[in-house]
Amino acid sequence: MTERMVVIGAGEAGARAAVALRENGFAGTITVVGDEHHLPYERPPLSKAVLTGPDEPAPPHILDEARLAAHSVDLLHSTAATAIDRDAHRVALEGRDPLPYDRLLIATGARARRLAVPGASPETVHYLRSFTEALALRRRLAPGHRLIVIGGGFIGLELAAAARARGATATVIEMAPRLLGRAVPAALAALIAARHEAEGVRLVLGATIARIESAAEGRRVVLGNGDTITGDTIIAGVGALPEIALAEAAGLAIDNGIAVDAHLATDDPDIFAAGDCCSFPHALYDGRRIRLEAWRNAQDQGNAVAKAMLGANERYEAVPWFWSDQYDLTLQIAGLSDLATRTVTRDLGDGARIDFHLAADGRLVSASGLGPNGRIARDVRLAEMLIARRARPSASDLADPQIKLKSLMV
Amino acid sequence: MPTAIATRWVEACAADEIDEEDVIRFDEGGRTFAIYRSPDDVYFATDGLCTHEKVHLADGLVMDSIIECPKHNGRFDYKTGKAKGAPVCVDLKTYPVRVEDGKVLIGLD
Ligand SMILES: Cc1cc2nc3c(=O)[nH]c(=O)nc-3n(C[C@H](O)[C@H](O)[C@H](O)COP(=O)(O)OP(=O)(O)OC[C@H]3O[C@@H](n4cnc5c(N)ncnc54)[C@H](O)[C@@H]3O)c2cc1C
Ligand code: FES
Repeated sequence: MTERMVVIGAGEAGARAAVALRENGFAGTITVVGDEHHLPYERPPLSKAVLTGPDEPAPPHILDEARLAAHSVDLLHSTAATAIDRDAHRVALEGRDPLPYDRLLIATGARARRLAVPGASPETVHYLRSFTEALALRRRLAPGHRLIVIGGGFIGLELAAAARARGATATVIEMAPRLLGRAVPAALAALIAARHEAEGVRLVLGATIARIESAAEGRRVVLGNGDTITGDTIIAGVGALPEIALAEAAGLAIDNGIAVDAHLATDDPDIFAAGDCCSFPHALYDGRRIRLEAWRNAQDQGNAVAKAMLGANERYEAVPWFWSDQYDLTLQIAGLSDLATRTVTRDLGDGARIDFHLAADGRLVSASGLGPNGRIARDVRLAEMLIARRARPSASDLADPQIKLKSLMV
Repeated sequence: MPTAIATRWVEACAADEIDEEDVIRFDEGGRTFAIYRSPDDVYFATDGLCTHEKVHLADGLVMDSIIECPKHNGRFDYKTGKAKGAPVCVDLKTYPVRVEDGKVLIGLD
């Protein structure tokens, strides 16, 4: 009999799952354990509106006290889970009695990868994952403040845009010869780079970091080639690592994250995982095991895992979807482009465009849109639906902005 | 009748300006609305901005009786205004609609 559901991690996936358990009719107890002090909140605004909004921000809550009460979800905030005893079906908690469970969800998310160079310490290098960190950064970003961003990925670039919006200067240092790595087609990354430069952001590409120094005039980043960049605040956005420690210590299978099956179950049938912390096989991409760090995935897996914990037998196969906002530009990516052999561009005018990525057999596997959100969102969404249907639209139809994508849906 | 609020009927657009299963934006007096035409050819109107982060819903996708927000895919039933789940939890305000002489009128209070 399943009477006690326990969720570790009060983030997007954990909070969503707790509500979804109720929405799917579960009548037993639901306890969510979260080590942060706040009620569950959305992380994407931390590098966007929380930094740039006019007013002192509040955490963008996913659930407030009223909704927790309405769904009879017990939230133990400011409480870290320290161990999972699988035999006894108990979670050990910091400063509290162990919590028994019938079914357990691990939704511990990811943490910012730390920069490993001489001189990098909690005093010299900042990171952004939590609301508390966002608030501290917001207080620093005043006009004239010199921000150095290490890492030209999504979070780094959103930080640079936020700094400019607050009148601070921004320098982005990236190891690769271009921004945004493999996740974004080179042509779109080049457009994004050009926009940052037009906004006055200094981009230093293809640069390694030798060390961090502190000097009278501020913090200094010394590059591999001997150049130095001086600023007031250094923040690193150099990727995230799945939070797997509890699962690993409990002997659960790990493979680039907590390894779950297509139903989000771990190799222990009473323990599930969802969100940034887990890797799962994706049917749309040859059953390849992937791990996503994406907000909608966390939300969708939260919904899906609740059903799985209640015994449903649905496979999770939502199309991966991600967005980023920089200035008035939105980038939206549906699907994964790894299998693509060909790219077709649809020009939507005024610099807005969609790049469609086709596999060798003509199947649409991914679409990336760049432009004002209102110009690209509909087409990316329709592309996502085509991807889910494994459609093989013709390249000429995709390239022609006069042809409505809706009409290609069969 | 204590709470009878006078409705002001405003012309939003021509009926054929909206495709079936589609939406357009209509601005009036500093406010913004979304006007919908359902797959079975009925017209509806709601507030124009998503209740999550205030994005124009008219840039979103209409599927049956659902409008999906273009920003983070929050969903509403545009016939009732009901929020259909995360990330949207606050319903949309809806407005009465009349079609007369090929024009779509919405009733504002
Ligand atoms: C600054 C920033 C900007 C982002 N912007 C975007 C964006 O624009 N678009 C997009 O698609 N995605 C974005 N993301 C990614 C998105 O926020 C994540 O994918 C999503 O939050 C993952 O949800 P989750 O529930 O898996 O993990 P999280 O939201 O990280 O939640 C996990 C929670 O578990 C807690 N926890 C961990 N271990 C324990 C423990 N032992 N005991 C108790 N609690 C524990 C953590 O403290 C945390 O509160 C962004 C992320 C960040 C940090
Ligand atoms: S702004 Fe509409 S769902 Fe977020």
